[in-house]
Amino acid sequence: MMGPLIFEKSRKGSIGVSLPQPSEGEGAKALVSEHLLRSTPPHLPEVSEPEVVRHYTRLSRLNQAVDTTFYPLGSCTMKYNPKAADEAAAMPGFSAVHPLAPEETCQGWLEILGRTEEMLCELCGVSRFSFQPAAGAQGELCGLLMAGAYHRDRGDERKRVIVPDSAHGTNPASASLAGFDVTTAPSNSRGRIDLAALRSRLDSSTAALMVTNPNTLGLFEDEILEVASLVHEVGGLLYYDGANLNALVGRFRPGDMGFDIVQLNLHKTFAAPHGGGGPGSGPVGVKAELEPYLPVPLLERREDGWFWNWDRPRSIGKLTCFTGNSLVVLRAYVYLCLMGAAGLARASGDAVLNANYLLQGLSEAYDVRYPGPCMHEFVLSAARLKSKGVRAWDIAKRLIDYGFHPPTVHFPLIVPEAIMIEPTETESKATLDAFADTLIHIAREAEQEPELLLSAPHNTPVGRLDETEAARHPVLRWKPGEVPND
Amino acid sequence: MSFLPNTELDRAEMLEALGLESVEQLFDRAVPPSIPRSRPGLPNAMSEMEVQKRLEELGRRNCDSGRALSFLGAGAYEHFIPAAVRTIVSRGEFATCYTPYQAEVSQGTLQAAFEFQTMIAELTGMEVANASLYDGASALAEAALMAMRLTRRRKILVSGAVHPHHIRVLETYTSGVGADLHFLPAHEGVTGADRIAERADSDAAAVIIQNPNFFGCIEDLDEAASAAKGAGALFVVSANPISLGILKDPGSAGADIVVGEGQPLGIPLSFGGPYLGFMATRQDYVRQMPGRLIGMARDNRGRRGFVMTLQAREQHIRREKATSNICTNEALAALTAAVYLALVGPEGLRRIALLNLDASRRLSAPLSSLPGCSLRFSRPFFNEFVLKLPRRAEEVARMLVQKGIIGGLPLGRCFPDMSDCVLVCATETKTQPDLDRFALSLEEVLGM
Repeated sequence: MMGPLIFEKSRKGSIGVSLPQPSEGEGAKALVSEHLLRSTPPHLPEVSEPEVVRHYTRLSRLNQAVDTTFYPLGSCTMKYNPKAADEAAAMPGFSAVHPLAPEETCQGWLEILGRTEEMLCELCGVSRFSFQPAAGAQGELCGLLMAGAYHRDRGDERKRVIVPDSAHGTNPASASLAGFDVTTAPSNSRGRIDLAALRSRLDSSTAALMVTNPNTLGLFEDEILEVASLVHEVGGLLYYDGANLNALVGRFRPGDMGFDIVQLNLHKTFAAPHGGGGPGSGPVGVKAELEPYLPVPLLERREDGWFWNWDRPRSIGKLTCFTGNSLVVLRAYVYLCLMGAAGLARASGDAVLNANYLLQGLSEAYDVRYPGPCMHEFVLSAARLKSKGVRAWDIAKRLIDYGFHPPTVHFPLIVPEAIMIEPTETESKATLDAFADTLIHIAREAEQEPELLLSAPHNTPVGRLDETEAARHPVLRWKPGEVPND
Repeated sequence: MSFLPNTELDRAEMLEALGLESVEQLFDRAVPPSIPRSRPGLPNAMSEMEVQKRLEELGRRNCDSGRALSFLGAGAYEHFIPAAVRTIVSRGEFATCYTPYQAEVSQGTLQAAFEFQTMIAELTGMEVANASLYDGASALAEAALMAMRLTRRRKILVSGAVHPHHIRVLETYTSGVGADLHFLPAHEGVTGADRIAERADSDAAAVIIQNPNFFGCIEDLDEAASAAKGAGALFVVSANPISLGILKDPGSAGADIVVGEGQPLGIPLSFGGPYLGFMATRQDYVRQMPGRLIGMARDNRGRRGFVMTLQAREQHIRREKATSNICTNEALAALTAAVYLALVGPEGLRRIALLNLDASRRLSAPLSSLPGCSLRFSRPFFNEFVLKLPRRAEEVARMLVQKGIIGGLPLGRCFPDMSDCVLVCATETKTQPDLDRFALSLEEVLGM
């Protein structure tokens, strides 16, 4: 059941924190002239500590999460997040350190950033990483601005970024923000970049081609070496969107496939929790010729220790105020230490094995537009159920009734009624079997009793919400007396 | 491998079902032989116990707030964090889920975000707020881009008293889209309204100021707003949310967009992140806003619930025409801020703001009366101030570290003409003995 908003629990005079009394009692007006001060206090809720704890604990139980449920959300890598990393992130020796602390007082932190960078360079086949971008999309912006700067330094103003039609929406959005015109490259009948079509779009105005490999169909771009040489022949750069690195880590390196710029998502591949939509961390790595353009400051090492180098005249600048989401980097460091090279290869192996096993189990009940073997994820089509009035969206909602978080649906856009499933390596065969049985059962339900799907979910705190009406008349906040309760 | 639940038997059964003998065979079918197979040279795996010991050892090489007395602020602030904040935000149900695409199984995240949006709107005095951006710096840059879309103008006037890193981020973010950035040099520590009026013309999309500004000084929002609006530019304020417990809410001064760094609201210093960008604006501007928005909705039985709304602005729908490229944001940090604000409430926030005002004054008085020291600016300040020293600030800072004190931020790197100045912050976390110790240590260092 849904309950009240925290504002609806507010009672004048309640407070959830104990604070020292401000001294002397001079008050703000004696120190700051009145016209600079607030005239009315903000309408924040007034609630005691037990009420706050109970309220948010209750809210937490309305969520499905990796800690509670199989969460096969394709392209998001919802794998288990090691608790040792949570504990590390809570240690005051890391969490209570100021980002502008003098370098001699934070060598432990700098060592962690430096060692993590070394490991990521080794895993990706690049020479440097910057941890500054706060998430994947910001990493994309960073990488593309660097591509622009690289070309400009060569007297070459290049205006075009090419993005495959299977790409995430962030790719064209980032390219556009970085000032580029976006051209879409179509996929071929095998679900890979169409080489002939790509060739016809490449010319001396091409700044970069952005590639997610494996792509969002879960397929390895098996002509990536040819793609790389075509892009390089016209002087363009090859950009790696690391959304799907989980399929490759410890086994193959983007740098070895010809990628020049590599952007990772530490909250995916390196097991940091997703936090209900963030924080993430989107480090960007580069081959040596692009190093000068990395954001400032860049971590360097000399005999007496690690330090921040701000003296980088060709840098593109800054993406975040300080040096990025360090606590997420710390979590990745913990994960890397716990896994080692062999553990990472085993993890990507299990991720790919789990996906292929699940794909095989589902390939009769659903259509497979692009045959496998897949990598760490795969895309089914529910198009055959459309005649029953059932959409991929409805299958997702029915899965909730059976206790599973739905997969990604209606993406990638090139597959009709797409259901995109990424099991990850942290699920057991038993879970996969149960999930496959359920999806097969739902396909049968769709044939026999489609209403069961169309009215799903049935046991959640709320049923399907009217998103159209919500967007037509947006209510984005509570106001006293204006937002009715249940 | 403790995170991998499949046993060797499971793997063998799965391979058999696929008609394969090994996982390598699977990769060999999917990845052509021309792609090099790699065996990365990483250190061997460690046990959890060994990792914990290494972390303890590395953590000891950092001077956290328990080990050194820090007076650093400059965009990241040490505040008291009630224990209940961490209890809530470390719950796996909040920490290990993702963007609430499936509203029915995400009502916890969605309702908390709706409450967060309301709290930020209330704090800033604005009509609506979004569900979060990355940090204060990128939020400021997004505000400039949003103002350019709303006004169809390209000129951005930025106060020289805005955090220099935020300005750097603004420059970076707008470098691709061809914004025309102009800086309004600060005078006596603040942005003069006359300077805004002088430079703001009919090409100006936005006037951006920060309050309290980078130097700690409190700006006159009313004056700045009317100077900006005189030219038809949007008035953008970057505000410290704790200061809004007592300082004028930008909305009441006529701000069009309010952004800021939400880290002071219960988020640990964390060596720079994850932090929390917030953004609030007028209801009329909401369709040009970047980032996720959570709205109220009714379900098929008429019950109240929450959904992501106005998604037609976003990259997963609009692709290259989206209002922003942001996807993953700082949802868990927004939850942290919401829990913090729920605990402190309006009275707690007012008292915390007063304690900051008070602590910074109890520190500035003895420091500025040391021989050769003075306050660089005479304007009223909130919780930090610029202290002018009789020597190079970098050198003084190094000597203070020897005494276990991180004595603020030397300003020479960002402002070469202020190499004898240090930006000093004192929040409610500093006791009288802490303040006395800083004053005494600085006196000793300067006497050496």
